[in-house]
Amino acid sequence: MNFEFSDDQNLLRDQAQGFLQRNCPIEAVRAVLEGDQAHDTKLWKGIVEMGWTATTIPENYGGIGLGHLELCVLAEELGRCLAPTPFSSSLYLATEVLLMCADDRQKQHWLPKLAEGVAIGTFALAEGAKPPSKNNIETRVQNGKISGCKIPVPDGEVADFAVVLAKDEAGHSLYLVELKDQGVTRRTVKSVDPSRSYAELSFASSPAEPLGKLGDGFSITDQLLNRAAILFAFEQVGGAQASLEMARQYTLERYAFGRPIASFQAIKHKLADMYIALTLAHSNCYYGAWALSNNAAELPLAAATARVSATEAFQLCAKENIQSHGGMGFTWEFNCHLYYRRAKATSLNLGSLNRWKELLVSHLLDSNNVSKTL
Amino acid sequence: MDFNDTPQEAAFRAQARAFLDANASLKTETMAVQETEAELLVRAKAWQKLKAENNWACLNWPKEYGGRASTPMERIIWDQEEGLFDVPTGPFAIGLGMCGPTMIAYASEEQKREHLPLMASGEHIWCQLFSEPSAGSDLANLRTRAEPDGDEWIINGQKIWTSGGHYADWGILVTRSDPDVPKHKGLTFFFVNMHTPGIEIKPIKQINGAANFNEIYFTDARIPDSQRLGEVGEGWAVSITTLMNERLAVGNIMRGPDIPELIKLAENTEIDGKPAIANAAVREKIADWYCQSSGLNFTNYRTLSALSRGGVPGPENSITKVVRASKQQDLASFGLDLMDMGGILNENMDDEFLHTYLSSPGSRIAGGTDEILRNIIAERVLGLPQDIRIDKTVAFNEVPNSS
Repeated sequence: MNFEFSDDQNLLRDQAQGFLQRNCPIEAVRAVLEGDQAHDTKLWKGIVEMGWTATTIPENYGGIGLGHLELCVLAEELGRCLAPTPFSSSLYLATEVLLMCADDRQKQHWLPKLAEGVAIGTFALAEGAKPPSKNNIETRVQNGKISGCKIPVPDGEVADFAVVLAKDEAGHSLYLVELKDQGVTRRTVKSVDPSRSYAELSFASSPAEPLGKLGDGFSITDQLLNRAAILFAFEQVGGAQASLEMARQYTLERYAFGRPIASFQAIKHKLADMYIALTLAHSNCYYGAWALSNNAAELPLAAATARVSATEAFQLCAKENIQSHGGMGFTWEFNCHLYYRRAKATSLNLGSLNRWKELLVSHLLDSNNVSKTL
Repeated sequence: MDFNDTPQEAAFRAQARAFLDANASLKTETMAVQETEAELLVRAKAWQKLKAENNWACLNWPKEYGGRASTPMERIIWDQEEGLFDVPTGPFAIGLGMCGPTMIAYASEEQKREHLPLMASGEHIWCQLFSEPSAGSDLANLRTRAEPDGDEWIINGQKIWTSGGHYADWGILVTRSDPDVPKHKGLTFFFVNMHTPGIEIKPIKQINGAANFNEIYFTDARIPDSQRLGEVGEGWAVSITTLMNERLAVGNIMRGPDIPELIKLAENTEIDGKPAIANAAVREKIADWYCQSSGLNFTNYRTLSALSRGGVPGPENSITKVVRASKQQDLASFGLDLMDMGGILNENMDDEFLHTYLSSPGSRIAGGTDEILRNIIAERVLGLPQDIRIDKTVAFNEVPNSS
């Protein structure tokens, strides 16, 4: 049994923690939340210099060819400090989808740029307040030109290109759209989590090149979301850990009725429940990491399990962190709401909890997975 | 990252499996459990004896006391493999898991050589005489008196929740030898022959109809001082040794329907004229419980990974019982709901959902209540302060009590 990260991977975690403690204090997250910038460009530059953007890109495309386990380690640490950068859009979504289905020319063109941080990519799927489905995607490609509107698109404001799911003659396919091209309008939109950037992308006959096999848009998207769900689940677990630690610190220092409130069972049991949810989610994330790094047949089930349990853990820890702080937790000045906001945004960014619970059960029933994993 | 055994572990597993294949049969889905307790004991003792004769009993004990001196990982591999077979081990769980380690830590060399091999081979069954009517979560509140009389002690009082007390040959016992000092300082620990005059055993009928527990009354029962474990007044420290082994012993003995059984039931019951498995509310419940089952399973794998490397497991495993017991209760109740009005029926106790519905309240209490376990997570894992106590520094006989 070797269900643990390796010594090298744990060394990477130590390095990442050191770097992020220096370069991504909570004040940096608040600066993006309160300011006009889309993300923390100084932090992003540091992340690029650390080589993290090259993590999963093979060496022949300018990357460093580490695996997804290393990316999971980084995701957990970035999630812990609520890093306000386009890392997730560019790595978990854009880089990942290119690695999955781009042709060699597309890889040669984009992967080295992504590895060096010269380009930022994103994935444009949602079209407003409805789960994207074959019946409701309105963005359309005709004769190599794309038209329609995607909202919200994470980091759409700063991305150089977006991979877009659109209708076409083959059904639905993915298209790569350069966002500096003609006919692309970007509008920054307000969101539940202003420490991250979201945009509306409008296309009016903009040039679009197919990515992956025509007609495979939804199946590739489902696979991509499964992979990204595992990486985001590590971010969520990182955020949940930070929320629990914040609640722990505060309740140890805050006195009421002549004693630290952390000595009251009502608080102790609340924090124990946070720890329980977090531990279950963390272990399910390990399963996801294993499935991702081995391209295991269990990946869809592992992804849904990690997603559901990490979403619930982060939301629980973030809301109970506010509760543990009492009135101060409700103020703008205290940082509790930064985690509360991020918890909600990450619970929705790949589709709602309902979607993932339904996927989990479908995968469970589709296969012999029940007997294999329990 | 992988789930594979090391070569040494794989070799050990193969060896264990060879013995099991040759001497027992695998569990089947439709196992009849229609045997009496007496029949079960005969089968359990025979299996334990066979294991002992072949060096497969009490793997982690020293060889001279009937063990195998195995590593923690080897013990777990054995438990995993043995768990696949239809062999009864329950009657020995407390003796081998808790009483044995306590004897190993505190008994004299002569006593260890006399008692432990008999325990390992299943000839003697042991029980644990700890809880009392007013000493459950607050174990140190116990009142069973031990008074010295020459080279003997006279015991008076009542123990309760003694699993297997009615068929046990020996027991470990914690008593109050000095009520004039604070509660944790006046305790003294013994081991005792259950057939000693003055010991009376009354089974307790549980809500599921079974009677695994007992009340044990001591009326002027005499124990030789040579059967004292630890110094006079040091009984609390000895008890802690026992309790440290308790969670290892009871952690994995909970049984009952889980996700596969629930799915099967939902496929064979209906809501609004359609299979229940197609119902969104049912599917959401399955997803939630699957995340818990999966999370516990992989938490266990993380613990095993630490042991496999020869390291010390982290605190993750502290969540196991508290999650599993509640899940079991809720899942069983939900299973009965799926049967609709028919779920009322209790024609026989072979329905596993009904059985678990009635037995799971005990799982949330035995071996540490949900509430105590949350305190333990909060205090030992998260480092939060203990509750303020008014009973730690005053003499035991001045502590307020409910009776």
